[in-house]
Amino acid sequence: MSAIAKPFIGSHTTEQEDPHEHLMHDPLPRGEMNAMVLESMHTTTWKYWTLAGILAFLVVTCLVYAWYILIMQGLGVTGDNRPVYWGIFLVNVVFWIGISHAGTFISAILRVLKIESRRPFTRAAELMTTFGLVQAGLSVFMHMGRVWLSYWLIPIPNERTIWPDFHSPLMWDFMAINTYLLCSTMYLFLPLIPDLAMARDRSTGWRKTFYKVLAIGFRGTEGEWKNLKTAMNIFAFAIIPVMFSVHTIVSWDFAMATRPGWSSTVFGPYFVIGALHSGMAAVAVVLFMIRSTMKNMKYFIRPEHFDTLAKLSLMVSMAWAYFYFNDYLVPWYGGDKWEKILQDFTQRGPIGWLWYFMLFCNIVVPWSILWNKKWRRTPWLMAIVGLLINIGMWIERYVIIPEALTINRMPFTWQIYVPKLEIFLTIGTFALFFLLYLLASRLIPLIPVWEVQEGQEGHILRKIGKAQIPTVSEID
Amino acid sequence: MANEVQSPVNNSNAAQQVQGKWGMVVDQDLCTGCQACVAACSMENNVPFVGEVDDAYGRSQQWIRIERFWQGSYPDVKMTPFQPVMCQQCHNAPCEPVCPVYASVHSLSEDLNLQVYNRCVGTRYCANNCPYQARVFNWRDYMDPRQRPELVTLSNQWNPDVTVRRRGVMEKCTFCIQRIRHAEDTAESENRDIRDGEVVPACAQACPANAITFGRIDDPTTKVSQAAVTSRASHLLEDLGTIPHVTYLAGGA
Repeated sequence: MSAIAKPFIGSHTTEQEDPHEHLMHDPLPRGEMNAMVLESMHTTTWKYWTLAGILAFLVVTCLVYAWYILIMQGLGVTGDNRPVYWGIFLVNVVFWIGISHAGTFISAILRVLKIESRRPFTRAAELMTTFGLVQAGLSVFMHMGRVWLSYWLIPIPNERTIWPDFHSPLMWDFMAINTYLLCSTMYLFLPLIPDLAMARDRSTGWRKTFYKVLAIGFRGTEGEWKNLKTAMNIFAFAIIPVMFSVHTIVSWDFAMATRPGWSSTVFGPYFVIGALHSGMAAVAVVLFMIRSTMKNMKYFIRPEHFDTLAKLSLMVSMAWAYFYFNDYLVPWYGGDKWEKILQDFTQRGPIGWLWYFMLFCNIVVPWSILWNKKWRRTPWLMAIVGLLINIGMWIERYVIIPEALTINRMPFTWQIYVPKLEIFLTIGTFALFFLLYLLASRLIPLIPVWEVQEGQEGHILRKIGKAQIPTVSEID
Repeated sequence: MANEVQSPVNNSNAAQQVQGKWGMVVDQDLCTGCQACVAACSMENNVPFVGEVDDAYGRSQQWIRIERFWQGSYPDVKMTPFQPVMCQQCHNAPCEPVCPVYASVHSLSEDLNLQVYNRCVGTRYCANNCPYQARVFNWRDYMDPRQRPELVTLSNQWNPDVTVRRRGVMEKCTFCIQRIRHAEDTAESENRDIRDGEVVPACAQACPANAITFGRIDDPTTKVSQAAVTSRASHLLEDLGTIPHVTYLAGGA
């Protein structure tokens, strides 16, 4: 095991700053840290159960019952019509897949790049990936006219010997989302194993059995760690192209169609950046919730982590603006009649204010707030910014899907879309997401304890003269 | 048994032997916008009535619609010719490749777009990708008498030759394929080719102005083929390269 010491990445900050503000330079004994994380999982107040009850009620009414109505009566209960055949369900699919991108981005890319401040919140982001994909998958099925036949999309041998049609972007989409769900679930599970083993060794009762099964006999021997690290490394590198491909393929559902506003070659990277934009912001919101509601989390989730996220958010926001400008300028300059009508409709139509509100949330808010270090380190402000960015990104998908569909090349059929039952189902998916997260927060360690401990091992304050220089050793 | 003389009717390959590419010509200068074609099409093809509310919200299921526009603003308003729009039966149909389950398929021999109702799962991608907005979706069980008791009597006039579609399924104009099949069978049994004008879709049959002509476009002698090469002929959204099989005649003559 070779150790190379080099200045800590965050060390270019001002001299007055106390290095102990950093989680990595503020170590606690292992046993104490383990106990803190376990305590946060065991603590449930009446507020927790009330919130869980409300969310469960929302899931039962807005998701299960509303979906039952939808299936029994047909899509007439939604607001879809001709020409807006795709409504809020598809908006939700794109939105939730976007949310799910944050997990992989933060976890895989920051892990590969060895960004140290990622350590305490990779798990929280990865959980968002998996739970977000669940909502995206559900929204796809809500959207289908005959959902009970959705297994026809799966290429399985059947007596009709009819394969699904791989010419269809929807088939690519189906395959991509499935691949991403499997990969991201495995990628969530691998770094979880040591923490599950830690929890197993310190639990009793049903929790002991639960963690025993999930930890698949991990004991922490040198060989096990070696295999685990190898597997994690493979997944971290392999899941990055998967992540980029998934949202590119989702964008192809639109870009492949011959419609004004959709048929655009920039949609692939534009959608990927859009996904990261909403994903980053959502991580900030979730981290704020974890930090302010769960016990002991103020030790793990610190202003410096919001700072890291905010810097990424600012960068992604600028990239998003660049791609949006591209997607706007080229059709505008091209002067195609239908594109022009569509742009007029989105900006000056009856719901034109949505377009301006979108630009406000996605560009004005991050650009005017995230440049300030003090504001970046204010968790509640970051939560508000994150919330606004997510609202903005949801509206962006709304502008792309139902609003663009309103305008087509047959003006006789133009029709405004007014959402109806899908509003409840949207609430239902959000409730399910938060309910799953709430339950998971008490079942699995939200903080990757071993990663934090590993990081703290490598971070040392070296004394050079009178100055304390924070350094980090790379353990390979 | 092997030497038995097969009658044309019993020949299982007969259906494949009859080939014909079908097309339609709509003369917009003759169209009066009377909507008789719309009514006839709905009768023939079991197209449900969706009611006022859904119709006004853009859920009308008519397979053919009469588009009417005006130019200028009041009081200098000038009517443009009525434009009946149905499925254009494109040669390069954008609706076909996007279906994930092969519900929207192409008949190579007849160059028609077929919609397989019982294969459709209702993703509605085909309708999004149709530049003519010719596809309609069964938003509800409009034909179910339990949900629409006022329509019970109408169910007595369903056409037995055409499938009744349920909710969640996409549908569109078929060029009255049941009438094409019927004419093919008749011609087969009489051992002859289909005569020009023998196949008449419901819309063409009902048109009092004879604005709609139907026939084979792979035979240059038919009325449809001859009308399609005149200087009055055009296609909808020709620049998209979909190669539609419905020709519109307008202007002059």
